[in-house]
Amino acid sequence: MKKARKNLTNIPAHLFLAVAAALLAFPVYMAFIGSTHDAATIGRGRMPLTPGAYLGQNYVQAWAYGTGERVSGTPVRVMMVNSLTMALAIALGKIFMSVLAAYAVVFFRFPLRNFFFWLIFITLMLPLEVRIIPSYKVASDLKLVNTFLGLTLPMMVSATGTLLFRQVFLSMPKELLEAAKIDGAGPLRCLWSIVLPLSKPSLAALFVVMFVYGWNQYLWPLLITTTRQMDTVAIGLVRMLGTSESLMDWNLVMAATIMTMAVPVSVVILLQRWLVKGLVEIGK
Amino acid sequence: MNKRLDIWAVGVVVAVLALGFVGLSQQKIEIQFWYALTGDLGKATVELVDKFNASQDKYFINAIYKGSYADTMTAAIAAYRAGEAPHIVQIFEVGTGTMLAAGPAIYPVHQLMADTKTPFDPTAYIAPVKGYYSFPDGRMAAMPFNSSTAVLWYNKSAFRQAGLDPDNPPRTWAEVRAAAKKIVDAGAAKIGLSCSWLTWTQFEQFAAIHDIPFATKSNGFEGMDAVLALDHPLFVRHVQTLMDMQKEGSFTYGGRDSQPDALFPAGEAAMLIASSALRARILREAQFEWGVTYLPYYDDFIAAPKNSIIGGAALWVMRRPDATAAHYQGVAAFFAFISTPENAAWWHMRTGYIPLTFAAYEVAKAEGYYQTNPGADIPTLQLARPNPTKNTQGLRLGNLPSIRVVIYEEVEKALAGQQTAKDALANSVKRGNALLREFESLYK
Amino acid sequence: MIRREAVFSNKLLPYLLVAPQLILTGVFFLWPAVQALQQSVMKSDPFGIRTRFVGWENFKALFADPFYLGSIRLSFLFAGAVAFLAMSLALFLAVQANRQLRGSQIYKTLLIWPYALAPAVSAVLWVFLFQPSIGVVSRALQGLGIPWDYHLHGGQALLLVILASVARQISYNFIFFLAGLQAVPKTLIEAAMIDGASSRRVFWSVVFPLLTPTTFFLIVMNTVYAFFDTFGVIDALTKGGPGKATETLCYKVYLDGFRNFRINSSAAQSVVLMAVVILLTAFQFKFLQRRVHYEGGG
Repeated sequence: MKKARKNLTNIPAHLFLAVAAALLAFPVYMAFIGSTHDAATIGRGRMPLTPGAYLGQNYVQAWAYGTGERVSGTPVRVMMVNSLTMALAIALGKIFMSVLAAYAVVFFRFPLRNFFFWLIFITLMLPLEVRIIPSYKVASDLKLVNTFLGLTLPMMVSATGTLLFRQVFLSMPKELLEAAKIDGAGPLRCLWSIVLPLSKPSLAALFVVMFVYGWNQYLWPLLITTTRQMDTVAIGLVRMLGTSESLMDWNLVMAATIMTMAVPVSVVILLQRWLVKGLVEIGK
Repeated sequence: MNKRLDIWAVGVVVAVLALGFVGLSQQKIEIQFWYALTGDLGKATVELVDKFNASQDKYFINAIYKGSYADTMTAAIAAYRAGEAPHIVQIFEVGTGTMLAAGPAIYPVHQLMADTKTPFDPTAYIAPVKGYYSFPDGRMAAMPFNSSTAVLWYNKSAFRQAGLDPDNPPRTWAEVRAAAKKIVDAGAAKIGLSCSWLTWTQFEQFAAIHDIPFATKSNGFEGMDAVLALDHPLFVRHVQTLMDMQKEGSFTYGGRDSQPDALFPAGEAAMLIASSALRARILREAQFEWGVTYLPYYDDFIAAPKNSIIGGAALWVMRRPDATAAHYQGVAAFFAFISTPENAAWWHMRTGYIPLTFAAYEVAKAEGYYQTNPGADIPTLQLARPNPTKNTQGLRLGNLPSIRVVIYEEVEKALAGQQTAKDALANSVKRGNALLREFESLYK
Repeated sequence: MIRREAVFSNKLLPYLLVAPQLILTGVFFLWPAVQALQQSVMKSDPFGIRTRFVGWENFKALFADPFYLGSIRLSFLFAGAVAFLAMSLALFLAVQANRQLRGSQIYKTLLIWPYALAPAVSAVLWVFLFQPSIGVVSRALQGLGIPWDYHLHGGQALLLVILASVARQISYNFIFFLAGLQAVPKTLIEAAMIDGASSRRVFWSVVFPLLTPTTFFLIVMNTVYAFFDTFGVIDALTKGGPGKATETLCYKVYLDGFRNFRINSSAAQSVVLMAVVILLTAFQFKFLQRRVHYEGGG
C-alpha cells in the first residue's frame, strides 16, 4: 500500500518530465516530419504533423546531391570528415590547454596567478562572432587563412574548460597529492598519474561539450576557408538554406539536418553517463 | 669529382625549376569568385561558371559560396583588409553606396574593360539595371548579375471566389484596397494584401514609380550630402493608407524583409507585393491559379507611372596585391561571356531574374519563353518604361541597410498604433539623416 | 576544504603550464580586443582606406543615443529572465528526474540529447512553429482567440525570443544540475527526512546549499549565454524588432558591425561591453572568493 502511494506521488513527476521531454523534442520531431514530405508541402507553410511519403527519396537526394556535388562540389563524405576532424581537434586541444592552465592555477602559487586566471575568464565574454573582423585580420596576418590551424585554434580560446577543471581540481583531496609528493613524484608526474585519472569523467564531459560546440560551428569556418576541400557540414547545411529569393528545399534541408545531427547526438547519448558523472565532480 | 657532382646537381635543379616554370605557365590562371546565392540559384551560378570554364582553357573561375549577401560582403571587406580579397564578389544592391565609396579597393568595370581592351557596350544593358551600378556620368562601376524588381502577385482563385475578375487585376491603390477588402469580407483568403521587403517595395520602389525623390541630390547619386525626402505628403498618405487598411483588416504586415514571402504560395495572402524573383517558388508551391501584374500607384497623383528600380546583386571586381593583369583579363573575359545574348538569356530563363540586356530579352522572347510563362516579361516591361527620371535610377545612399531598419522600426510603431503616419516619417527622416551624416563623415 | 595552500612550489613550471592557453588568449582574444579598442576611437570606412582619430566621439554618440540606453535596460531584463527561467526550469526537471522513478533514465536521455542540436537549426525550427500566419503553434494560439503577431507586438516578440533562448539552454543546465544532485550524499537526505523535515524543506535547506558551486557556475554561464550567445535566435526570429523591442546590446554590436558596416560604432559598443564584463567579472570574483571562503570556514 505504501508502494502504491509512492507511485501515486510520482505521477506529477512523470507528467512534468514527459511534457518537458516532448516540448524539447518537438522542434526536432518537426524537422523529421519536414524531411519526409516534398518541398512544396512545407513551403506552403501548412506543416503536417505526421510523416509523409518522401522519406527515402529525400534522404538519398540530400546525401547524394543536396549538400554534395551539384552545389558545392564537395561530397558529403569529405564534409563529414572535415567536421569530425575539426570537432575532435577543438575538443582535444581545448581539454589539453584547460587542464594545464587549471592545474597551474589550483596547485601552484605564483605571482600574477589571479591576473592570468582573470584574463582567461574574460574570454568567456564576447563570443567570436562579435569580434570576428579583427579576429580574421589576426588570423590572416599569421597566414592562417585556409589552414587547419586557422580553423581550429581560435575556437580553443574559451574559459569554459579552465573554469570547469578548476572546480574539479579544487574538490580533489589535497592529501593525495601531498602523499605522492612525499613519495618523490614531481608536479607533472602527479598530474599524469593522479589528477588526470581522477578527472576522467570530467575529461569525458568536457569532451562532449566541446565536440558539440566544434561540430556546430558555422560562421568562422565560412570566413576562414576559401577552398571547398575544407567545407564542413554546417556550411553545407546553410548553403542549402535558401536566401529570400531562392527556393528553399526545406525537405532536403531537414533531411540533411537530421543526418548531420546524428553524429553529435550519438556522441551525447553514448557519453551521457560520463557527461553527468564528470560534471558530478564540480558539484562536490 | 665532387665539383662535377655539384655542377650536375645545379644543372638538375635548374632543369627542374625550368620545367616547373613551364608547367606553371601552362597552368590555368585561377580567379576567385565569391557568391552568395543558395539552393537552386546557387546551382545555376555554378552551372554558369562551369560553362565559362569549359568554354576556354586559359582561366579557371573558382566559385566559392560565402554565406548570405551580408556575410559575403563582410567576408570580402575583411579579406580586402587582409590583402586576400576575391577577384570577383557578388554584392547586393544596398551595398552599392559602400562599394562605390571604397575607391582603391575596387576596379570599376568600365575601366577594367578599357584596360583589358575587351569589347564592351554599356548601352546594351537595360537602363535601370545599368543605372543602379553606374557613376552619375554613366560609366559602369559593377557588372549587373542577378536583378529583380518588385511586382504584385495575386491569387486568381481567391479573386474569382470573391467575385473579382481574375484577368483584370487592380492597377491603382484604390483598386487594390477595394479588392483586398472584398476578398477578406468574402472569406476568400485570410489576408487581403501583404508586402515583402516593405522598405524596398513601399518606399524605394514606390518613390520611383511615382517620380518623387526618396532622398535629395538625385537619391544620393550627386553627392553624399543628400538628405531623406520621406516626409513628402505622398509617403504620409501611403503610410496612412496602409494603417487604414490594416485597421479594416485588408492589409497585414507580415514582418521584415522576406518573411511575408511564404504567405502568398501558402494561399494565406491573396495579394503580395514582393520581388519578381519569387516566381520559381510560387511556381513550385502554389496550389491555385495565380497571376502577376505591375506595382499599384495613386492615379490621382501620377497618370502614367514611371519605371520601377531594381534589387538583387551585381558583380564587383576587387583589387588585391598579388593580382596580375592576366587575372583581370580573365575577369573581363568572364564578364563578356555572361553578357552574350545567349548566356544572359539562359541565366534569365534559368533563374527568373530579369535579363541583363535587351538582346537577351529578345532571345527569350524569340524562344517563346513569355508565351509559356505568362507574366514573366512584366518585370522587364515595368523596368523599361520610357522616360526615366532622376527619381527612377535607383538609390546611392550610404548606410542604406541601417536606414531600412529605421524605416521598419518607425512604420512598425505606426502600424501598432503607437504613432501617426506623419510622425513615423518625420522620425525616419531625422534618424535616417543622422545615419547619412555619419556615413558622409567617414569620407571627409 | 576548498581553500588551500599551494601544493607545489616550482617557480617556472606554472608559467609553462598556463602558457598555451595564455598565448592563444593573447593572440585570438586580446589582440583583436586591442584592435577593437583602437577602432573605437577612430573613424574609418569599412575598407579601412581612410582612417582618422576622433577620440571619444563614437562613445559620446553612443551615450547620447536614447536607443542605446534603452538597449542596455532591455539586455539586463532579457538576461535576467533567460538565466532565471532556464535555470529554475532545469533545476525543477533535474530534481524530478533524480527521483527513484521508473524510466528515469529514459527521461534523462530525452532531456539531454537536444543539447546536440545546432543553434542555427533550432532557431529556424522556432520560426517554423511561431510564424504568425503559418506556424503550427501560432495557429493554435489564434484558435484560442489570442491575437498572436510578434511582428507587431513588442511584448510578444520579447517573450518569444526569451522562450526560444531558454529552450536552447535547458538541456545544458539540466545536465549540470543532474550531476550536482547526484553528488549529494543520499545518507544526508535520509538523515534529514528521519528528522521529520518535509521533502520541500529538505531540498531548500540541505540539497540546494550543496548545489551552490553548480548554481554559481551556471549563473555565470547563463548570464554570458543570454548576453552574448543569443543573437542567432534573435536574428532568426525578430532581427531586433518590432521597433527595437528585442535589440539587445550584443545583437546591436553584431548588427552594426556585421550587417551595417558601422565598424567604429560597433567597436565602441564592444569596448563598452568589455568594460561591463570586466566589472561584472570583478564583482563575481569578489563574490566567488567570499563564497568559497565561507564554505571553507563552514
